[in-house]
This record gives sequence, C-alpha cells and structure tokens, in this order.
Amino acid sequence: MLANYGYSDASGDYFITIDTDACNGCGECVSACPAGVFQVVDCDPNDPMNEEPVVTVIPDKAKKIKYECGPCKPFTNMPSLTCVRVCTHGAIAFSW
Amino acid sequence: MADENTQEFWNWQETNWASPDINWENGRYITVGIDVGSVSSQAVVMVDGEMFAYGNMRTGSNSPDSARNALRFALEKTSLTADKIHYLIGTGYGRVNVPMADRTVTEIACHAKGANFFYGPTVRTVLDVGGQDIKVIRCDEKGKVTNFLMNDKCAAGTGRGMEVFSDLLSVPIGDVGRRSFEVDGEPPPVSSTCVVYAKSEATGLLRKGLSTNEVLAAYCSAMANRIYSLLERVGVEPEFAITGGMAKNRGVIGRLTRKLGLEPLKTKWDTQLAGAAGAALFGYALSRQGKGRK
Repeated sequence: MLANYGYSDASGDYFITIDTDACNGCGECVSACPAGVFQVVDCDPNDPMNEEPVVTVIPDKAKKIKYECGPCKPFTNMPSLTCVRVCTHGAIAFSW
Repeated sequence: MADENTQEFWNWQETNWASPDINWENGRYITVGIDVGSVSSQAVVMVDGEMFAYGNMRTGSNSPDSARNALRFALEKTSLTADKIHYLIGTGYGRVNVPMADRTVTEIACHAKGANFFYGPTVRTVLDVGGQDIKVIRCDEKGKVTNFLMNDKCAAGTGRGMEVFSDLLSVPIGDVGRRSFEVDGEPPPVSSTCVVYAKSEATGLLRKGLSTNEVLAAYCSAMANRIYSLLERVGVEPEFAITGGMAKNRGVIGRLTRKLGLEPLKTKWDTQLAGAAGAALFGYALSRQGKGRK
C-alpha cells in the first residue's frame, strides 16, 4: 500500500509516501529523523487484517509536515535526506 | 415551518432503519461498526456480514455520547440489545473515543471495505467527502487499500463548508445541488475554497448582484475543482465510487463527474454509512478468525 501522509493547501502538496509493502518496520527512520516524524506500529492501522509492524507518520506531525521537515528539506529536490538514505528498503518518498 | 430567522438550513434528516428480513437470533456473529465523524456519526449493525440495522445522526460535542447515541438509535427499531454484540469496531475521526469498541480501525480502511460492499468488487477508486476531510482511496477487488491520501488539515471543499454556505444563503442543504444548476451559464468558481475566504467572497458576489443560485454554482464548482486536484494526485482508476455526505450533493458531484468524464457508481444504501459498514465487516472478518467476544 502507498500511504500518503500530509496535506495539500494553497501553497502546495506536502505528502510523505510510505510504501508499506516495502517497509518491514525496522525503525531505522524513527531513530534517524531529527524531527521525530515517524513511528513504528505493531499493525498497519489502514490494513487491520495484516499484523506486521510498519512505519507511519505521527498524525499530529502529518498536519504540519512542511514545517516539521523544513530543517532537513527547505526546498524541493533537496538531495540525500536522512530518512530516505537510512531506509534500505526504499520505502520513503516525498511529494515536494 | 420554522420561522425563517430560526430555520436551520444546514440541518439534514437523521435516519435509522432495521431490516425486516433478517432475524438476528439466527445469526452466528453480530458485529457493529461505529463511525464517529466530525459532523455525523453512524452505527451499522451486521448479522453475519449482512446489513441488519443502522442509525445516522449528527455528532455532538462529546464523542463517547455520540457513539452511544448512534448505537442506541440503530438498535431502536430492533429487539437486539448491546450485550449480544460479538465485535464492535470504532472508526472515524472520533474513533479513540468510542468507549465500547473492541478495536479501532482507520476510516481509510473502513471506507474502502464499505465501498467494496456497497458498490461491489469492481470499485477501484473511492472518494470520501466527509464533514471535515477528503479521502481518496484506491483499493483492490477485496476492498483492501492499495494507495490513499487524506486531507484533514483543511476543511476546504468538505461537507462543513457546504453547511456554512447553505446557512449563509438560506438554502436548505438538500436543495443546494438542484438550485446550483438553475443558472443561465456557469459563473466562474469562487477563487478560494477556504470556507472563511469563500464566505466573504460570496458575500461580495451577492452585493455585486449575482443571484443565490449563481453563488451556489460558483461555490459548488470551486469545491469540485478542489476535489479534482486531490483525485489527480492519487489517480482515478474506474470503477469510481463516492461515499460520505457530499455524494448526495449533485451540484458538486455533477460538476466533478463532468470534469472527470467518469460516472460514479450508484448504491441503494445511504452513502454516509460506508465507513461504519466497513467497520462492521472488519468485525465480522475478525470474529470469524475467533477474535471476537465469546
């Protein structure tokens, strides 16, 4: 599943996409993210029949993701983001 | 009829229903889904995965009370009591505040599951326009989510915004869709879908001499544009279905359909019930795995 966390407003689209099929819930991104945007949950809240751990974006952070991610990602096409780099499964992507 | 000054134009009819054909005593699993939304709350009772009863009412300021009231309202026309329930799932914006829930599931998963049940397994894209958020969900033939997006930061283009407009223009909410088409030529959409900005823009348009119907048309078309841009982000694959209260508003849906060039599927059920129905279906699936109450 491609889970898009974030929002779109008049200034643009701000979504972090987590590929839950690629993510194994290892939690590398959780410890790497300086803003504490990610969390590992025991069961995907959007797929109740699947009981594998998976990463989600914390709901309160998702609503202000542009600002939470701002220090790492002040502009579009910012290279080499920490979270993307540590994710060896390639499960994290950004929309902006 | 209420005095015009006190009439609640935004208000819609609360409904409940019970199946005359199903006897719950013959059922193996009785499962309930309660969807506490930001504007409306629904409880759907299923007997072995079939619709048995439902209640649909406004959410109050207290989520636990709204959940209890919705369940009571759903059971009102039946002889079923709450202690016979095998599994109860809470969903929606207020899901963590459903006190009797055995488990909570996000409304994303529930709407996909509910749409799969209401519209059939051919549904691949579900648009849910709720009271305060918009969800675009892609799912497979089993109703499992494959891609989703939820915009719950801003209430632009949602049911609450439409309620505000119906109140501003003194048009009953159920008439908005019809009246928005009773115009000579389509006026340009209001430039902002933000409820607050759009409201002041609408007041300006009225002052300029636009008719009420034209202002409704301008707002409906702005909402359709807003929903369209979110749909584009995830991509629309037919068949396409719309759930939530806005599915009943022809003014927005008609314009959106025209833009998409894709006709949404139809259902005999109230589109507001999709989330709660999906939750009840998850309850049924989990009960069959032996996870319910004894």
